[in-house]
Amino acid sequence: MNYNLDHLSELESESIFIIREAFAQFENPCILFSGGKDSIVTTHLALKAFYPAKLPFPLVHIDTGHNFKETLDFRDALVKENGARLIVGSVQKSIDDGKVAEETGVNASRNKLQTTTLLDTIEEGQFDACLGGARRDEEKARAKERFFSHRDDFGQWDPKNQRPELWNILNGRKKMGENFRVFPISNWTEMDIWQYIKREQIALPSLYFAHERDVLERHGVLLGYDKNVHTLREGDKVEKRMIRFRTIGDISITGASESTADDLDKIIAEVAAARVTERSGRADDKRSDSAMEDRKKEGYF
Amino acid sequence: MDLLRFSTAGSVDDGKSTLIGRLLYDSKTIFEDQLESIEGASNKKGLDHVDLSLLTDGLRDEREQGITIDVAYRYFATPKRKFIIADTPGHIQYTRNMVTGASTSNLALILIDARKGILEQTKRHSFIASLLQIKHIIVCVNKMDLVDYGEETFEEIKAAYIDFASKLDVEDIRFIPISALKGDNVVDKGDKMDWYSGGSLLNTLEEIYISSDRNLIDCRFPVQNVIRPHSDEYHDYRGYAGRVESGVFKVGDEVMTLPTGFTSKIKTINCGKADVAEAFPPMSVCMTLEDDIDTSRGDMIVRVKNQPEATQDLDVMLCWLGDNKLVVGKKYIIRHTSNEARTIIKEIQYKVDINTLHRLKEDKNIAMNDISRVTLRTTKPLLVDSYKNNKSTGSFIIVDEGDFNTVAAGMII
Ligand SMILES: Nc1nc2c(ncn2[C@@H]2O[C@H](COP(=O)(O)OP(=O)(O)O)[C@@H](O)[C@H]2O)c(=O)[nH]1
Repeated sequence: MNYNLDHLSELESESIFIIREAFAQFENPCILFSGGKDSIVTTHLALKAFYPAKLPFPLVHIDTGHNFKETLDFRDALVKENGARLIVGSVQKSIDDGKVAEETGVNASRNKLQTTTLLDTIEEGQFDACLGGARRDEEKARAKERFFSHRDDFGQWDPKNQRPELWNILNGRKKMGENFRVFPISNWTEMDIWQYIKREQIALPSLYFAHERDVLERHGVLLGYDKNVHTLREGDKVEKRMIRFRTIGDISITGASESTADDLDKIIAEVAAARVTERSGRADDKRSDSAMEDRKKEGYF
Repeated sequence: MDLLRFSTAGSVDDGKSTLIGRLLYDSKTIFEDQLESIEGASNKKGLDHVDLSLLTDGLRDEREQGITIDVAYRYFATPKRKFIIADTPGHIQYTRNMVTGASTSNLALILIDARKGILEQTKRHSFIASLLQIKHIIVCVNKMDLVDYGEETFEEIKAAYIDFASKLDVEDIRFIPISALKGDNVVDKGDKMDWYSGGSLLNTLEEIYISSDRNLIDCRFPVQNVIRPHSDEYHDYRGYAGRVESGVFKVGDEVMTLPTGFTSKIKTINCGKADVAEAFPPMSVCMTLEDDIDTSRGDMIVRVKNQPEATQDLDVMLCWLGDNKLVVGKKYIIRHTSNEARTIIKEIQYKVDINTLHRLKEDKNIAMNDISRVTLRTTKPLLVDSYKNNKSTGSFIIVDEGDFNTVAAGMII
């Protein structure tokens, strides 16, 4: 025995360690579940961390009302299979309550509105820590994110005022009203995620695999067309193409890419050869070079 | 494939961002959209080449100030290894970030500008790497293109560094002459420095044998959580969840739980649904014992004949990270493994001048970025080893009781 762990096992072990610390240090943690592969992997790791006990915290899903049906079906099946608790925060409700105003225009998106619903759901559920599937390699502003990321009592992130994290000692002490975001898979890359999904045979929504779908092309981004979400304007053309999604979020903004990768091996080969980052399919990051950082400061995870 | 974690440090303008940008670029970790975005930004700045350093400049504040202000983590992989870079800034006031980045690294990469040679900050970085017990240092002498790729310049810097490093505790130091801007000896060797017979930087990073930082002898398993399923199927299951920090635990091993001192045998070890026969660092597992023992978070499972020291008095090296100065006699929180206690700093022995490595016995004024040797007294015994023998049970952090910020990092002597 040489007692060496391969990189996936080492990352897995680190993530499980962090999830267990979150459970021990916080009174009422939850998992922010988006239905995307990163939050699915995070949930898988959390199940592993506490096995044979059940998942000791609920899944919180912020429903923009513009979700793919495949995502919702997948979410409900996962919850049922694991006897987990699900809490849904509704953006539609935030709109109906007058807390936020729906964006208008052809590029309208509910992505920004999510932040308010999320912060309200956190407050209502009195969650003092939200585990999320964000990774540092995803986006520039995330490269400095901590495992335990401190938020002030408005849920805001102050990049200059983060606690240093040394060795693997995590400090989740907080004052009343403050809370934490916890990022157990910070150190994973997109490739690690896919390799791990394959190794652990983790089920994913069918959206990730190549399939034929009606799409709409805008600013070079292919959107999965939904007549209830997208307002067509002149010149817009809806056509059937063979595509798959590299990330899954709100229908209005989640970009697809043309692909024939219909199984994990083909996806891994595609990721290895990919020349654009997965977030580039997201129209929300295109708003400006610092778009993500601005949303993070407001409390977006 | 295994994982190598390394930290980078250099003074401002030594070329660190350019070097990391090049490693990412040449290892094809940079995607087209990222490249487009930095090409745009380079144009805006009026540059005629693509400024690779922009790739690693994360936050807007930094971009505006044109400096890196915090530890940022970067990832790249080659077919041989996966790498995690803790990219730490080279500012005088940011020693704390360097300590943070170094705390999880197997290797430190130190940059020196060939025109400037060894600076105070070079010494500071090297000392911190040594203090944090990083066993491998790669010194990159950068901007060789600006000194005509001269062997003599390189050799002079190398000799001076070796002389200085004799005072440090580092096992393995290597030197590579590079040009981060032009790419010589970064990924490929290039044809400008035939006098240099070693490998390129990337090649060295891929091949270097990381004498394991892991201690496989002293069994230490700090309990993070107790797992009680409360289900019919696992009615009597009582598992101890944690990560093996050192040593190898096997099913059937006789173990002791501390501080209670009960002994028992390991009944099962599982990782999720999979049972395993043995667990070694850094595996996160769940263990059950033959006997029903009252053990909870903060306790430690060890071997009967190999125990850590249980003590309330600690002799430590301390890196101060907080905005407020250290106050002798004030109560702080100390976090060590999965345990927590309160502590007071009893006495400051000396402060280290990290440029000269001199001990300043009279200077008892400890502020952010200072490194000192102090004695602590805790409210309850902690289960400790020396940091040199065991990074996990030899390290701790100090937390302020008022705002709960992490104000210091400590290593037990
Ligand atoms: N000629 C030359 N210039 C370099 C080299 N490496 C970096 N530079 C330049 O030195 C300046 C500072 O580099 P940067 O990477 O921003 O330094 P940092 O502050 O250490 O991150 C920039 O103008 C770079 O283009 C090199 O190998 N040769």
